[in-house]
Amino acid sequence: MSRTPSQPREDPPQGRPLLSVRELSVRFLMPGGRPVAAVTDVSFDLRPGECLALVGESGCGKSVLASALLGLLPGNARTRGAALIDTGEGPLDLLTADEATLARTVRGRRAGLIPQSPAAHLTPVRTVRSHLAETVRALRGTPRRELRAAAEAAAARAAFPADHLDRHPHQLSGGLAQRAATALALVADAPLLIADEPTTGLDRDLVDRTVGELRRHADEGHGLLVITHDLAAAERVADRVAVMYAGRVVELAAADAFFGHPGPRHPYAAGLLDALPERSFTPIPGLPPELDALPDGCAFAPRCDRATERCASLPALADGVACHHAREAADA
Amino acid sequence: MLELDRVTAGYDRGVPVVADLSLAVGEGEAVGLLGPSGCGKSTLARVAALLHRPWAGTVRLAGEPVTGFRFRAPRAERTRVGVVFQQPRLAADPRLTLGDLIAEPARATGRGAELADRAARLADDIGLTPALLGRRPHEVSDGQLQRACLARALLLRPGLLICDEMTAMLDASTTAALAAVVEEYRREHGAALLAVGHDRVLLRRWCDRVLDFPTGR
Repeated sequence: MSRTPSQPREDPPQGRPLLSVRELSVRFLMPGGRPVAAVTDVSFDLRPGECLALVGESGCGKSVLASALLGLLPGNARTRGAALIDTGEGPLDLLTADEATLARTVRGRRAGLIPQSPAAHLTPVRTVRSHLAETVRALRGTPRRELRAAAEAAAARAAFPADHLDRHPHQLSGGLAQRAATALALVADAPLLIADEPTTGLDRDLVDRTVGELRRHADEGHGLLVITHDLAAAERVADRVAVMYAGRVVELAAADAFFGHPGPRHPYAAGLLDALPERSFTPIPGLPPELDALPDGCAFAPRCDRATERCASLPALADGVACHHAREAADA
Repeated sequence: MLELDRVTAGYDRGVPVVADLSLAVGEGEAVGLLGPSGCGKSTLARVAALLHRPWAGTVRLAGEPVTGFRFRAPRAERTRVGVVFQQPRLAADPRLTLGDLIAEPARATGRGAELADRAARLADDIGLTPALLGRRPHEVSDGQLQRACLARALLLRPGLLICDEMTAMLDASTTAALAAVVEEYRREHGAALLAVGHDRVLLRRWCDRVLDFPTGR
């Protein structure tokens, strides 16, 4: 299914957040002690049944954020802040939890990951059936004699065709590899799903299908965090949009307001939308700053046509936008 | 500029990936070729870029059929075609700095000194700072690397540029920026463009003429 932006959207689902990220920062310590600020002070909540799209240019910190949430950061990363996931028995901080807890209770069980480039994520020498059977056994403890049926049921949930189960990854098209990875992520019915660039390299038909499937998972009550640079896909799947620039969330808005009326309020977000070929197709001038040499003030100021002296101080994220010159909702 | 006449192409075994396809790109013209994943459009781009020898049919570049041992056109002909691929990570030598990457075709044709200024100017036009030019592919983002790959393709002033899903991995702003660089280059040099992709809106915006890849072969 897909929703067009003109349709009114229901209010985001209420209730206890599934995932609550508070002032999350990630620094990489490079050789020579040079720190790289990959993610800085990111805060958001994600509720069951809600889809949040994290958008921004490549290298803005989106995927690092996802890795941080799953405890998959490399050894030279340092984190700060909190990322509380609802475990059913109280919150668990994903940033401080030890590897055994993450491996036994979080990954796959509370939080599933649909990885970027799924074909590369699957083991090349094993069939899809074997991947699914192993995952079902590991996450659900299904006895051996029931594995075959359970694997088939898991494949069916992600609309992976049963007659392709005995194929190896290289025998799958991009769309089928995507569905195989989705099936694996859904095995234990994890309440939180993180999809990293689920539409990259897929053609429009496959994007439509993938987006429809993701939306259905959210509508079934999963919390969905979609990381993407594909704004068209974000528009169709998300309830809310978080725009990241140079490691910070610069705008957090309802998707229908962001893509429709009144539109984005942060100049970077506005520039990103204007760059779309269906809009004015003009790029934002310049390049994003290097993450090891961020300015003290607003990181977007050097590329921004609204920049003034005030931009030398860092704007806080207030009322959904981090900009001294944000367009007011009333201006639109 | 480029003419494919009833081209059939494929790989070692099995059915042809491209069958009996004809296509012409005029002098200075921008043609978009649209098709879903796996339809054979990248194979066609490789044939057009003189990188893959077709099983049958003729490829003509500026009216002259491309022939020769292993489909090797004379270097003067080959350098009239510039190519940018979908995945910059696979198309860039990881050992080269971006500066060396851009200058690679000049060195390969023994014109390094002559084209040094042009390489520097291209890098500047395409938005790569001197600091970035000193880095290697693993130290830059996909967008920055693809900028370098486009500069490399334009260095020898090709009369025809082939972009195979050049922007599929890139965000909206970088996509628009690279399209603008290609636009500017074509205006300046009257070059032709064959852009292969799956995004109809993008290709319509970018090209004079958009063709659907013939299906049902």
